[in-house]
Amino acid sequence: MKKVFACFLLLAATMTALCACKGGTKPEENLEGGAVVVGITQDLDSLDPHKAVAAGTREVLYNIFEGLVKPDKDGKLVPAVAESYEISEDGTTYTFVLREGVKFHNGETVTAADVVYSLNRCAGRLETSDPEVQVVPAFSVISDIAASKNAAGKDVITVTLSSPNTELIGFFTSNIIPKNYADQAKAPIGTGPFKFVSYKPMVELVMERFDDYYGQKAHLAKVTFSISESSDAAFLQLQAGSIDIFPYLTVDQAEQLEGKFTIEVGDMSLVQGLFLNNAVKPFDDVRVRKAMNYAIDKKELLTMLNGGYGTAIGSGMYATFGLYYDATLENAYPHDEAKAKELLAEAGYANGFTFTVKVPSNYVYHVQTAEVLANQLKKVGITMKIELIEWASWLSDVYKAHNCEATIIGLDSQLAPSDILKYYIGGSAKNFMNYKSDAFDAAYTKATATADTTKKVELYHELQKYLSDDAASVFLQSPSLMVAVNPKLAGYTFYPVYVQDMASVYFKD
Amino acid sequence: MKWIKKGAGILIAVLALSFATFLAFQVLPGDPAMVRLGTNATPEALEALREEMGLNDGLLVRYGRWIGGAIRGDFGESMKYRRPVSALLWQVLPNTLLLAGLSILMILVIAFPLGLLYARFPGSPVDRAGAVVNQTAMAVPAFFLGLLISVVLGLWLRVFTPGAFVSYDRGLGACLSYLVFPAMAIAIPKAAMTVRFLRSSLLTERSKDYVRTARSKGLTENKVLMLHMLPNALPGVRTFIGVIVSEIIAGSIVVEQVFGVDGLGLLLVQSISNRDYNVVQAIVLYIGIVVLVVNSLMESE
Repeated sequence: MKKVFACFLLLAATMTALCACKGGTKPEENLEGGAVVVGITQDLDSLDPHKAVAAGTREVLYNIFEGLVKPDKDGKLVPAVAESYEISEDGTTYTFVLREGVKFHNGETVTAADVVYSLNRCAGRLETSDPEVQVVPAFSVISDIAASKNAAGKDVITVTLSSPNTELIGFFTSNIIPKNYADQAKAPIGTGPFKFVSYKPMVELVMERFDDYYGQKAHLAKVTFSISESSDAAFLQLQAGSIDIFPYLTVDQAEQLEGKFTIEVGDMSLVQGLFLNNAVKPFDDVRVRKAMNYAIDKKELLTMLNGGYGTAIGSGMYATFGLYYDATLENAYPHDEAKAKELLAEAGYANGFTFTVKVPSNYVYHVQTAEVLANQLKKVGITMKIELIEWASWLSDVYKAHNCEATIIGLDSQLAPSDILKYYIGGSAKNFMNYKSDAFDAAYTKATATADTTKKVELYHELQKYLSDDAASVFLQSPSLMVAVNPKLAGYTFYPVYVQDMASVYFKD
Repeated sequence: MKWIKKGAGILIAVLALSFATFLAFQVLPGDPAMVRLGTNATPEALEALREEMGLNDGLLVRYGRWIGGAIRGDFGESMKYRRPVSALLWQVLPNTLLLAGLSILMILVIAFPLGLLYARFPGSPVDRAGAVVNQTAMAVPAFFLGLLISVVLGLWLRVFTPGAFVSYDRGLGACLSYLVFPAMAIAIPKAAMTVRFLRSSLLTERSKDYVRTARSKGLTENKVLMLHMLPNALPGVRTFIGVIVSEIIAGSIVVEQVFGVDGLGLLLVQSISNRDYNVVQAIVLYIGIVVLVVNSLMESE
């Protein structure tokens, strides 16, 4: 951040100098306008933000849509379509005061009715529900959404919950869209700094700066998200100069680009893990799961996959969650092959064992992770067979049917600590590792309902400790994200959620 | 009458093919509704979407509904993109056809002169050097050649920008000048095969009686080659080229991926992994028809 600021100063200084010579041109003018092509490797699964599932879609749509609140670069929620919000002490009422004069891309002003409609749609509370709309599970506690006016004559939205939940605010990033607009999936309309221009399946999505944006307007005039079928193809385009920004470089690729591109390194904010099915042999034995944890060398993994970047984790959360994150667990299982063997012998696997890990083949990163881990496990006598499966099979086999011995995947989250830990609730459909702990379940229910921050922090630390003590799985890391940026551009910003914010990007000269 | 018979044969083959594709998807794991809704899907939403997509009906009902639509030219809706399959196909098919056209043109332009040259001077240094080049060109897989072309012509010599494909509807000229390079990757191995086939069929003719008669009439060696041997070798060559043409029109899946050409091959691969049955069915049907029709047209009588 300091670096960026320094650049700004330098830039401002040169600009002033230049202007002094030319006499007249405004310095800001040089920063505005221009077109940028961003390479992405996943096609969009829907243009309707409430139907978009893939992280790869949400990172693009972030530029077009906004919620009542939105995350800033530090992971704080800042007002967007709402100008302020309040959560009642008991955690059962959320009150939002709407910002005045926020415009949709079609020129119409956002009304309280649009907001109520959008929230109802996300909560699955509309009378005729569209099965494709992704209902936010956390919104199931909402019992009422009402619009009114406050003393100052401003629109107020009051959301009432049937049971207390003090963390729901993280989900009000759900996007606000015009009421009863039928073409959202074809010609999306939102309130964000960019407006939709066109989309061609498998080819590209084009957006333009929205000049009536209420906040800091975008610098770039046009942004094209160009869809490549693979990371290799995108890399070729990058080298050839037809892509300006590419967010998913491997270490090798980043090295090759040195000097030609600015390489920005950030954090993916994911819990990447080797998730073990706690219900099947041999992983039903906690000693085996612990042995797996000791056998794996996360430091080596980080070096091999990210060139040393990324953060090793020790439980089901990553550092973005600030106070709620328990950093002391990072070293709960230091790399110790002797200890691993000892535990294996105790559990009756002195000669090791063989198991199969199912890895979605479309995620090259997870496949590479599997290869490194297989080598490490080999050293303590465990043979990990890697089975590559298609994403569709992963969803139906692993995620839905819980049919696997182990899998490697990255879990992402809304900005609510309860969201990243929801996978471990006993009996939950999402609990694909079949982790079962009554103590965890009880503490989880308590944590989401607690309003007192100190108490809440304590409870979340307790939850992470359960996962670590029970060795629920092998929690690996929050991977680093390496982004190639055309050296003519500046302002690329990382967020603790998975987005490509183009509003902050500008041409240096 | 012969054509009616052929047409009926094609129809039966296409029906069998489409049914086989339908069955194949029953065996593959993965549920299109699940792919659409992802990890947050509730069982109720999944069920509702499956119902809406018509996935809950029996196999035969679904097949019947699909084939009924296909006959009327309605291939249904893409489950992934939620737009008509025909619209998706029209967006990519012209690209694939242009690529195929260019490749075929290149094959013919390369193969005929070389094949005739080698057959004119069999055993000469030209022929022997040609055989080595030919053997190499045939052995290189198209995707590898594609990568080679991308790196050498694209990145080193900067003749073109790999991946910066322009679809036909946004500039035919730019589209064609880009497609020259993937077409090279497709054409070179296939042209090499054609050269070899042409040369050997010409040489088989060479030892036949009519050739000796033609020579004894005092015709020059060139005339014998062009007027007597070539016409007799052509039917076999035509069948051979027919196979190549149908292979190319059906889509050069791998080369399209290497060069980032938004064509049929790319759509097919993506639709399979998205379990987008309707799109896959339509493409398989198209490929089936092309292969069968081209082959029966090219078959020697």
